[in-house]
Amino acid sequence: MKKSNKKLTSNLITYGIVVVAFLLCQLAISGVIDGFSMSRSLKGQLIPICVYIVMAVSLNLTVGISGELSLGHAGFMSVGAFSGIVAAMWLSKGMGNENELLCLVLAIIVGGICAGIAGVIIGIPVLRLRGDYLAIVTLAFGEIIRNVLNCLYISLDGSSLHLAFNNPNIPGKLLVNGPAGATGVSKFSTFGMGFVLVLFTLFVVLNLINSRSGRAIMAIRDSRIAAESVGINITKYKMMAFVTSAVLAGMAGALYGLNFSTVTASKFKFDTSILVLVFVVLGGIGNIRGSIIAATLLTVLPELLRAFSTYRMLIYAIVLILVMLATNNPTLRSAVDRIVPRLRKSAARKESDQA
Amino acid sequence: MTQKPKRQSTTKMVPAPSHGIVPERDVNSRPVLEARNLGIDFGGLHAVEDFNLIIGKTEIAGLIGPNGAGKTTVFNLLTKVYQPTMGTILLNGRDTAGMNTMQANKLGIARTFQNIRLFGNMSVEDNVRIGLHNQVRYGMFSGIFRLPAYWEGERKQHERAMDLLSIFDMQDLAGHQAGSLPYGAQRRLEIVRALATNPSLLLLDEPAAGMNPHETEELMENITKIRDQFKIAILLIEHDMSLVMGICEGICVLNYGRIIAKGTAEEIQNNPVVIEAYLGKRKEN
Repeated sequence: MKKSNKKLTSNLITYGIVVVAFLLCQLAISGVIDGFSMSRSLKGQLIPICVYIVMAVSLNLTVGISGELSLGHAGFMSVGAFSGIVAAMWLSKGMGNENELLCLVLAIIVGGICAGIAGVIIGIPVLRLRGDYLAIVTLAFGEIIRNVLNCLYISLDGSSLHLAFNNPNIPGKLLVNGPAGATGVSKFSTFGMGFVLVLFTLFVVLNLINSRSGRAIMAIRDSRIAAESVGINITKYKMMAFVTSAVLAGMAGALYGLNFSTVTASKFKFDTSILVLVFVVLGGIGNIRGSIIAATLLTVLPELLRAFSTYRMLIYAIVLILVMLATNNPTLRSAVDRIVPRLRKSAARKESDQA
Repeated sequence: MTQKPKRQSTTKMVPAPSHGIVPERDVNSRPVLEARNLGIDFGGLHAVEDFNLIIGKTEIAGLIGPNGAGKTTVFNLLTKVYQPTMGTILLNGRDTAGMNTMQANKLGIARTFQNIRLFGNMSVEDNVRIGLHNQVRYGMFSGIFRLPAYWEGERKQHERAMDLLSIFDMQDLAGHQAGSLPYGAQRRLEIVRALATNPSLLLLDEPAAGMNPHETEELMENITKIRDQFKIAILLIEHDMSLVMGICEGICVLNYGRIIAKGTAEEIQNNPVVIEAYLGKRKEN
């Protein structure tokens, strides 16, 4: 029972960090306290931060928990973004603009479902592969999704949707206009919704890890043969992790898409997949809290480095390299390993003194 | 040479209704495993050929042979890690043709590994819980949304896991990381994990490897205890002859992928073919 308490505490700390960060941001936005406010450009980054946290945590489910290196995560994000945009436009036409929040929630759900379907379709062939091969094939599928979206035309004619491939001549108002992407999107996304989505993602992923299904997924990662020998259905649980991850990425995509007035498929290139993978690796593979922190810092960092203007991306890259070196430095690690138990011991001693 | 009185199994082995031999007490129940003319080729190499074996319902059987004789290959065939190129395996009377490892496990065959394959980053208890995967079930959604089925299932898994760990007095280690346990404890944990799948036949691949004589002695008692408590059959591969001769009722000797002898401990010890396989031929003159 002691062990499950430890897990629970760790999870509560993770939720706590997110909630506290949200409250601090709200405080800074409102500007109640003097000198504690947020710049305009940083405010603009709040929703993308939420999106990238969700992306990083969901990719961590595939890479860290299930142990499959996936390089096509942005593909699921784009499926979610475009289906979410279409759903939101269609719904807002039917319901009127007062129900923005409802529209947003439904759009996110639709985005998640569509990305989940894409996850199933891609997962069936991809999950037969292992290791590097799986990584390369997911990369290819990510590019395929982007190219398909590049020649997809969807229009809204009254209350009916038209879908065409490589042919812009369809009746009604074009919602998705091939390579020009989705234009004239209403910005439904709110920071509050982003926060809720982050909490939802954490809830799903952390609860999944600490359940029968999560243990099966991790067992397959640790030893495929041993997992099979105790009667675990490999395909089923690999698929479960992959599709859950795709659904969450799709939800993040919908939130992301509805944050801009124009969304093109080229926003979800290979770079985006790699960027999210960098968050996961930097935060620690399999470490959910690390993913959250890495996603936040690395999204904010380019904004904070604006002062360096020309050298911005250079410094960004150097910071990345330094952090990687620092976290993998054996001397530093052993130092931390020596200090942390000592701190814990002294904390425990204090507690027992008080008792 | 040895001062200790030699332990030797004294079960009387009798012919089974079909063929082969089983312990006298099992003659009226269906054998748990029947392998008929089992074989596998790797390229041109016949790794295992003409493998015939019957294991009684509560028999402790041994599979011995020199290194490279194909013992672990037999285990991999029985658990369907390899698909046999010929022959049939009947598990509790059901043909396992075309099944995979997971389905074979559901039919009641569980195993441990020669080179330990625990889930090293997870706790001891979680390892056993993974073994209970198909015994205590609840769905993914109950897990994520913490429905009552989740709490009920987790409670049951905890209780069962603790029960199983108590076989080897390992309850206190439940919270430890499996990979950090001493070698002997890791081997015992693998047995517990295999037992958690509720098998009718347990395959142990060198359970005493790396154990000292005292631990081996304890292991022998525990293997017999497991058989008596769970009423299952056990087939083990082992190089430690004191263990094999001490607890195995039927012994099967493998060399170059073929069975060269079958029988009780006494019969095997006095079999000239077995002695030759292990020690080589005595030179004439």
